[in-house]
Amino acid sequence: MLHIVNKSPFDRPTLATVARVAQGGALLLIEDAVVAATQGVASPLAEIQKKMPVYVLGPDLEARGLNERVIEGVTVVDYNGFVQLVAEHRNCQSWL
Amino acid sequence: MKKFMFVNRKAPYGSVYALESLEVVLITAAFEQQVSVVFLDDGVYQLVKGGQTRGIEMKNHIPAYRVLPDYDIDKFYVERESMEARGLTPEDFVVDVIVLSAAELGALMEEQDVVLSF
Amino acid sequence: MATIEVAGKTIEVDEEGYLTNLSDWDEEVAKEIAKSEGIELSENHWEVVNFLREYYQEYQVAPPIRVLTKAIAKKLGPEKGNSDYLYELFPYGPAKQACKIAGLPKPTGCV
Repeated sequence: MLHIVNKSPFDRPTLATVARVAQGGALLLIEDAVVAATQGVASPLAEIQKKMPVYVLGPDLEARGLNERVIEGVTVVDYNGFVQLVAEHRNCQSWL
Repeated sequence: MKKFMFVNRKAPYGSVYALESLEVVLITAAFEQQVSVVFLDDGVYQLVKGGQTRGIEMKNHIPAYRVLPDYDIDKFYVERESMEARGLTPEDFVVDVIVLSAAELGALMEEQDVVLSF
Repeated sequence: MATIEVAGKTIEVDEEGYLTNLSDWDEEVAKEIAKSEGIELSENHWEVVNFLREYYQEYQVAPPIRVLTKAIAKKLGPEKGNSDYLYELFPYGPAKQACKIAGLPKPTGCV
């Protein structure tokens, strides 16, 4: 399952829920959630990385001037990569 | 027949998510799919019984969950940690629920054909 | 905005003839809507209409036909809780027509 998160960890505890519930597949961070993939941000992301690969949407990072700050082990994807991730997984959950 | 799962994570009334979710559940039921409904995070508040919405002048949609078994929808799952963190127990809910651990819920989500998030 | 006239009162309905305000309903209104549907309300019709009103009061849902038959079978017995019987009373769709006459919204999931 592809898990998609679009809110900042400072705004909502969504990533904590994903860390608890998600059992596998992959996580894609988009929109405000991209901040979770940047250096110095406290979030449950490290816990999630133990269970599945983590991707972050490049255009959303760039728009926020954060593309130089991505933490290690997170893969930056473009819109084609986003589509590919959706196609690769049998289902998808957008954690609103 | 496909496996549909509805994931509810918002408290009722503060936003329109809970009501919209129920409407879509009812519509999906009319197409006779295999439907399960999940409540976690603040979504567990959607099932609390005894609410009276007259004072806020909004439709009380919680009782509708009690008719879902007539639509052949009777799989209501609640995540244990979300429930316990809010001081709730299965006796507080309008329908009979199945309490799952986070890991059990995650595994169940993986099995679905379609997951709709509210 | 569409309206119907009942006993000198003007009552709002939507483009399909369902009441806009549920509280506008009374038996005279029901008779008027039934007439426009080509139905003269017998005791058996009233039984279904009243059943629907109580059902809506309790659950806040207007049931589609499949659910309506099941619920009526539970309350009034299988000889009434079946689609043959209900279609005889409401030939253009029991859930749709009966809900309209009962002053309920259109059943969710009804096309």
